[in-house]
Amino acid sequence: MRHTISVLVENRFGVLSRVAGLFSGRGYNIESLTVAETLDSTVSKMTIVTSGNDQVIEQITKQLNKLVDVIKVSDLTSSDHVEREMALVKVSAEGEERAEVLRIVEIFRGKIVDVSPDTYIIEIAGDEKKVNAVLDLLKPLGVKDIVRTGKVAMVRSTQKGKKGGEE
Amino acid sequence: MSGKDRNKKRMSGARIFIESLLKEGVEVIFGFPGGAVLNIYDELMGSPLRHVLVRHEQGAVHMADGYARASGRIGVSLVTSGPGATNTVTGIATAYMDSIPIVVFSGQVPTFLVGNDAFQEADIVGITRPCTKHNFLVKDVRDLARTIKQAFYIASTGRCGPVLVDIPKDITQAETEFVYPDKIDMKGYKPVMKGHPGQIKKAVERLLQASRPIVYIGGGVIAQNASEELVTLAEALELPVASTLMGLGGFPGDHPQFLGMLGMHGTYTANMTINSSDLVLAIGARFDDRVTGKVDEFAPQASIIHIDIDPTSISKSIPAEIPIVGEAKEILKDMNHMVRENSESKTFRKKLKDWWATIREWQKAKPLSYTPSSTSIKPQFLVEKIYELTKGKNSIIVTGVGQHQMWVAQYYKFHSPRTFLTSGGLGTMGYGFPSGIGAKVAFPQRDVIVVDGDGSIQMNIQELATAVQDKVGVKVAIVNNGFLGMVRQWQQLFYKRRYSYTKLSAQPDFVKLAEAYGAHGFRAEKPEDVVPVLKKGLSVEGPVLMDFVVEPEENVYPIVPAGAPINKMILV
Repeated sequence: MRHTISVLVENRFGVLSRVAGLFSGRGYNIESLTVAETLDSTVSKMTIVTSGNDQVIEQITKQLNKLVDVIKVSDLTSSDHVEREMALVKVSAEGEERAEVLRIVEIFRGKIVDVSPDTYIIEIAGDEKKVNAVLDLLKPLGVKDIVRTGKVAMVRSTQKGKKGGEE
Repeated sequence: MSGKDRNKKRMSGARIFIESLLKEGVEVIFGFPGGAVLNIYDELMGSPLRHVLVRHEQGAVHMADGYARASGRIGVSLVTSGPGATNTVTGIATAYMDSIPIVVFSGQVPTFLVGNDAFQEADIVGITRPCTKHNFLVKDVRDLARTIKQAFYIASTGRCGPVLVDIPKDITQAETEFVYPDKIDMKGYKPVMKGHPGQIKKAVERLLQASRPIVYIGGGVIAQNASEELVTLAEALELPVASTLMGLGGFPGDHPQFLGMLGMHGTYTANMTINSSDLVLAIGARFDDRVTGKVDEFAPQASIIHIDIDPTSISKSIPAEIPIVGEAKEILKDMNHMVRENSESKTFRKKLKDWWATIREWQKAKPLSYTPSSTSIKPQFLVEKIYELTKGKNSIIVTGVGQHQMWVAQYYKFHSPRTFLTSGGLGTMGYGFPSGIGAKVAFPQRDVIVVDGDGSIQMNIQELATAVQDKVGVKVAIVNNGFLGMVRQWQQLFYKRRYSYTKLSAQPDFVKLAEAYGAHGFRAEKPEDVVPVLKKGLSVEGPVLMDFVVEPEENVYPIVPAGAPINKMILV
């Protein structure tokens, strides 16, 4: 099963390599990984998407916790959380296809961030499903290049109270 | 930061290094100089720190490791950059696998050259990342003292382990005010010490329900100095105790409740007992593959209570019913207290009568045994004689890796913790001799006997010069069978006797070799020579090599074939 794990780490050189090494050294797979500073510039937050059975995920979270530079590990999978990623897509757009591309972008509330006579670069943000759906529609038109950020994720704030279970 | 002993004196990084080590109470460094550590070596000369000059950096780390295992203090080594640093890797990995607290300091090329493929540059922080508990590259002299403090703290708390600190040469030259912090606080490093009281209570209740219990101890009992509490618990409830290789000495080897080592070369009784048990109380052990054999058939009817300092060890290969994370010593203290208070404890011993009867039958039916010989020296006989001559003297026994290591584990009855030093996890041939030097440096008054193979000893034989130069009176008993014996045994049993490159046909004359280095050398070729040679070797001053020419194709039994369940042993 897929898990999204949020990891708070010291913002120091070598930390990414310690985390990556933990996965590679034990044969675990990283599907995506993002990392950037938090409000406190000495601390960074990583969002890691990985997969494995319960035992593997338990080992991953325990091993991450064991790293000296790791401050906090939360497996977001079982908590109510939001996930987003962004993609830049360079798609060929000539003749009447230019209008078709624009329509798709509009429907998915994307943005055209670069225009050339025969291509557009589209920025699309949302959850994984949405990004995949846009890609599926754009592929037949000729996708020339794509880059995705990987997921970032955050727990919703009604966790503790659970009053009425509203959003 | 620190209040009272704030010292505003400006010092070079090299001086700060020495002062910091003194603050940590370090007495001895095992090291080898070189370009990148010249400033440190210059300060070292004339400082109160003792320095043992090794002949190879691997030796330096094994010595620090042996010093740490024997004494419980932190072992320290110091090497130069590049090859000096890369030579430490095997030693570091050995300490990592066995959770031994050491701190390795490596020199590095100056910060402005780092990353330039400079002369004698190696990315040792990158290389040792997977085999250290943590490592550091010091990039500013103002961070040096705090980094050293952190290194010693990390190495010796929680699940202990090696820490490497890489210090570029310009950092040792740069000056700053020396302030050694009293305390350190790391957001990401808060080892759990105290076990959860609810879990401990549950564990005691569960234990008292058992009718076929066994205690399975590992190196954690020794690392956390929990032997006394363990003996109290085991005696109060008359529990049978079996040990891993790393746990030997954690429970008295001559105790009537001790069943011996378990696992691949464990005793018949220990393996049968754990696989027939209904409750396993695992303390500071990690269900290593050499212990469990085939995981699915390991202790199939047992509930498992697992006490360990490292949460990642729990439910890694075998799911634990009651996990307790924390220091074994404190947890066992709490358990002992609850056992005393619990009314069921009194009737518990009676309940175990049948269980003990079965265990005693196993012991009687299949004790450890070998066929004695009047013409050739049996290695097991040699170990028995070493035991007889040294027992009760708190001697420290150190081994290399291979058949001799297993014979020592089986036939030497270790009475107390920290008297058996061996590379358990990594299985590092060549570990024994330098480790023995480290132990002897820690305890010059105690006998330190290295039982080594003729293969193993040659992997770090160069440290004879170290022992002679520093007058470290380690006694080495070479179990010389002319083979890489353990591999040969596997080839015999599982590869149709095809001895592919395991015969050591060209051997040095170990007696002459010892003499060439300025040590003493003795040889025994017949069983009747064993005791006289041992007595002579143990009584002369200084380092000694004793060459025991033993039966060449003797095997270690019992043996559980790789991947088989541990009750399926080959006994002879």
